[in-house]
Amino acid sequence: MTATSTIILQVQNLVKHFPILGGSVFARSIGAVRAVDGVSFSVHQGETFGLVGESGCGKTTIGRCILQLERPTAGQVVFAGQELTGLTEARLRVIRRKMQVIFQDPYSSLNPRMTVGQMLAEPLQVHGIVRRRAERRQRVAELLAEVGLPSALTERYAHELSGGQRQRVGIARALAMQPSFIVCDEPVSALDVSIQAQIMNLLDDLQERYGLTYLFVAHDLSVVRHISDRVAVMYLGKLVELADWQRLYEEPLHPYTQALLAAVPIPDPEVEAHRERIILRGEVPSPANPPAGCVFHPRCPLAIAECKRVVPEFREVKPGHWAACIRV
Amino acid sequence: MFSATWLAKLPCSASIQGVRDLLLAVRDLKTYFFTAAGTVRAVDGVSYDVHAGETVALVGESGCGKSVSALSIMRLVATPAGRIVGGEIRFRQRDLLTLDEEAMRRIRGRDIAMIFQEPMTSLNPVLTIGRQLTEPLEIHLGMPTEPARQRAVELLTLVGIPDAAQQLTRYPHHFSGGMRQRLMIAMALACNPSLILADEPTTALDVTIQAQILELMKDLSRRLGIAMVLITHNLGVVARYADRVNVMYAGKLVEQGPARDIYARPHHPYTMGLLRSVPRLDEPRRAKLYPIDGQPPDLTQLPPGCAFAPRCRYAIARCQDEVPPLRRVGAEHLSACWVAEQLGSEAPP
Repeated sequence: MTATSTIILQVQNLVKHFPILGGSVFARSIGAVRAVDGVSFSVHQGETFGLVGESGCGKTTIGRCILQLERPTAGQVVFAGQELTGLTEARLRVIRRKMQVIFQDPYSSLNPRMTVGQMLAEPLQVHGIVRRRAERRQRVAELLAEVGLPSALTERYAHELSGGQRQRVGIARALAMQPSFIVCDEPVSALDVSIQAQIMNLLDDLQERYGLTYLFVAHDLSVVRHISDRVAVMYLGKLVELADWQRLYEEPLHPYTQALLAAVPIPDPEVEAHRERIILRGEVPSPANPPAGCVFHPRCPLAIAECKRVVPEFREVKPGHWAACIRV
Repeated sequence: MFSATWLAKLPCSASIQGVRDLLLAVRDLKTYFFTAAGTVRAVDGVSYDVHAGETVALVGESGCGKSVSALSIMRLVATPAGRIVGGEIRFRQRDLLTLDEEAMRRIRGRDIAMIFQEPMTSLNPVLTIGRQLTEPLEIHLGMPTEPARQRAVELLTLVGIPDAAQQLTRYPHHFSGGMRQRLMIAMALACNPSLILADEPTTALDVTIQAQILELMKDLSRRLGIAMVLITHNLGVVARYADRVNVMYAGKLVEQGPARDIYARPHHPYTMGLLRSVPRLDEPRRAKLYPIDGQPPDLTQLPPGCAFAPRCRYAIARCQDEVPPLRRVGAEHLSACWVAEQLGSEAPP
């Protein structure tokens, strides 16, 4: 991304702690799960910003905090010049038309008692986007065509659709608001391999057609590489690395990014036979009790004594390439 | 359609090599589910071999029948809806389908063990780790309490669980997902099985933990000479760990062969499509992915011909009404496609 491109979303020192409640009679906070612990990044107009990490690293919580579905504990979320964290629900409702979300599991995010047509018409009516019924019907047909679904599906219910079709309905519903920004939260990870590629191509086409900006949250590094302009890697509530996709995948700086990339098996036995393995020791620690110093140090192959004490600064190691590690 | 006589003539890889010790031979296996919506032919005439010590992959997308095929080997298909309606499952020359329930129980967990995708649902939440490990040892091997306890500690150490002796009194919910899967592997290894059926063993795990578990399984299978049937949808995992590959689609095998042949020279449009549709970390980024068009098949309403024909870009008229049998396209390489010969030479786009 060039320096001249507009910033559509800015996340500043975002913190989200979930209290752990205890106590025998009165519930009181006895600790906190540090789901997101001081994360900053900006997303440029028209780009796809990939956010990748393993389960529990806080990537989904970041997406929810941006949409204010989860109120951040601290920090700012500035969308199109407006700070969202202090806004009332009423004000947010207006802004959410411009920021939409696509969820991982389209089955649990679609209403089982509504037809596809009703599900798509409802937001158009509620938000007063299309007031006349006949025009709404017309718009629903357009939306279905937009996501590659036959208009015959208008009268169907979610359970009558395949996984890929349901995800297309989820996308159509996000599009109904004519948003400029969409949080895609693991949009293909519940789908079969052959269908994943269909949905990825659809997201790509829609971005081109409408100049959409995506925050693409996923754990699959190959999928994120395919679709992202820039990629941030998360570990235990913090960003550990951020760069444009090419540099992140070709010259990863952080030892966690390097290990993640080495762990992804490549569908080719010849390549696999000659590949270097970096197998990380241990498991991801609990975000309720993160390690002191660098959160990655207990598993890090490069860790030295200092890593146990010093919290590494997230710094720009090379132009546009950020990493949080004192060893790089 | 497949016929039994035709299958008898099917070139079986064991006869080619001759020296490999044939452990499991699945022949023309048919497992159907009789539902209100119609008969679902979940596994419809599937044949494959597993030799001692090797890793054989069953790969395919959800609903292709790969899990049901493994459950059939253990005779654990959910009744009354599901029934094994035909075929043979010969394990060390004995047809498991003819055994009585008592004899089958002696094989399950002892000679053949199974590892499932979600360890929490296969562990007993109210029994300690120690009890869950010692129970099969006492039942299957008749071990007394103390040796069984020692063996349990050994097993936990073997799968890389630290402070094994202290873990015996803990419960499954104390363990993380990765540790639970290690525990499942320890339980599977308890009675020194010669075959482990691993059904999506790492799908629920994170990629760094997945790498740990798969390396552990591969290492154990090599050191202890255990054969493995690896059931997965992940083509990368198959490439890294499998010696031979069976690709399934809509209840049938569509391609079978050594892993290197399948990946380097796929001879079925479905395999080719799968390989093309996944983005790869080691290849230049493409503007667009190459998906397989259309939707996965509805098993209650399969077309009369090749089940993949509606989604196939190479389909010819014959594909619409004649089911293609598995045919030889290489030394140990079989494909169920009428135009397989033309496909092998075609370079991927």
